[in-house]
Amino acid sequence: MLSSPVTGIADALRRLGAGSIASVARLGYAARFALAVGRESPAAFLRLHLTIREIYFAGVLSLIIIAVSGMFVGMVLALQGYDVLQRYGADESLGVLVALSLVRELGPVVSGLLFASRAGSAITAEIGLMKATEQLSAMEMMAVDPLARVVAPRFWGGVISMPLLAALFSTMGVFGAYVFGVQLIDIDAGSFWGNMKAAVDFRFDIVNGIIKSVVFGVAVSMIAVFEGFDASPTAEGVSSATTRTVVESSLAILALDFVLTVFMFRGISQT
Amino acid sequence: MKSGRSALDLWVGIFVAIGIGCVLFLALKVGNLVTFGSTEGYRLEARFDNIGGLKVRAPAKAAGVVVGRVERIRFDPTTYQAIVTLKIDHAYPFTTDTIASIFTSGLLGEVYVGLEAGGDATMLPDGGKIAKTQSALVLEKLIGQFLFDKAATSGGK
Repeated sequence: MLSSPVTGIADALRRLGAGSIASVARLGYAARFALAVGRESPAAFLRLHLTIREIYFAGVLSLIIIAVSGMFVGMVLALQGYDVLQRYGADESLGVLVALSLVRELGPVVSGLLFASRAGSAITAEIGLMKATEQLSAMEMMAVDPLARVVAPRFWGGVISMPLLAALFSTMGVFGAYVFGVQLIDIDAGSFWGNMKAAVDFRFDIVNGIIKSVVFGVAVSMIAVFEGFDASPTAEGVSSATTRTVVESSLAILALDFVLTVFMFRGISQT
Repeated sequence: MKSGRSALDLWVGIFVAIGIGCVLFLALKVGNLVTFGSTEGYRLEARFDNIGGLKVRAPAKAAGVVVGRVERIRFDPTTYQAIVTLKIDHAYPFTTDTIASIFTSGLLGEVYVGLEAGGDATMLPDGGKIAKTQSALVLEKLIGQFLFDKAATSGGK
């Protein structure tokens, strides 16, 4: 009776310690897994049809959601941007505002978030279910490396799809802003495109946006295949692995975006 | 199996083509890849007493047309002037008596370098120096001057 609070605290400490050790060990396993995927990556390009199939599932099937969301985001940006800009008589800069925010930030980030929930979760569920139904063990039994056959093509399919989807998102966003700003609000089309063209730099804005989307593609795809590969082989395990993929990918995208933005755009506002 | 895979290939091909098309659209229509790459062009140097709010990558315009960009801004501690390096497109040579001025488009607009070519027959070479410059108009200075003049004239009467 006397020792019960003491054992309670001891138990809590023990749980905390075990949890910390487990998560650090999982991080180490994830790093080892990432290296192994990198080593097996040539297989994804030697058997290109496997990767093409994954580009189909990750990229082609995400086309509609990315295009529609991009269009709406562009239109909302145009509406809100116009509301503020016209107070200062700067509504001709609407194209600049929309293009810079899409190309630098929203294109890579929002399409990354959509990609994580649309394609990343599917990859995790697929690999997790393969593990639960012991297909991965069966492959190992037949001397087929599941990393080369299953994981690497899905990883590279995601990495290749992501920048293309981000570019599509930005393009559709600019198009949406054009439809809203020029066709509906009646901003001059010449100044819309001209100011945009003068302000958006290829090297600083567009290439940096593409670099961001490639980094997000690597992060999301790696998290997705790892969570699938690491899932407990039960129905519950697969479902929680899918949830973890979406949560971790989203956090990773936002955190990486901050870090990349600091490195890429720090010098621009200074002379 | 074979035909199914080629249909898949077709879709992936369309997807990749759309993606590359979007990158091209961003580069050509949204960005300024064609108008000004970062490599081509020649450099001109201009010294100003005051550059106002001029920033790196600000446009250089002649007759309102963008012909180049500000590449670098330095401060010369011996003459206490600002040295502005401009990168001008090869297609636009300027005469040696060109005047460089710093303007602002509108009250809140961007600051840019205006170039006005003169009548000389010789053209500025790569790395050439623009001799005649006109500094930025600093609004506070102007207002100060105006008030000072006003006080002087009314005091004199």
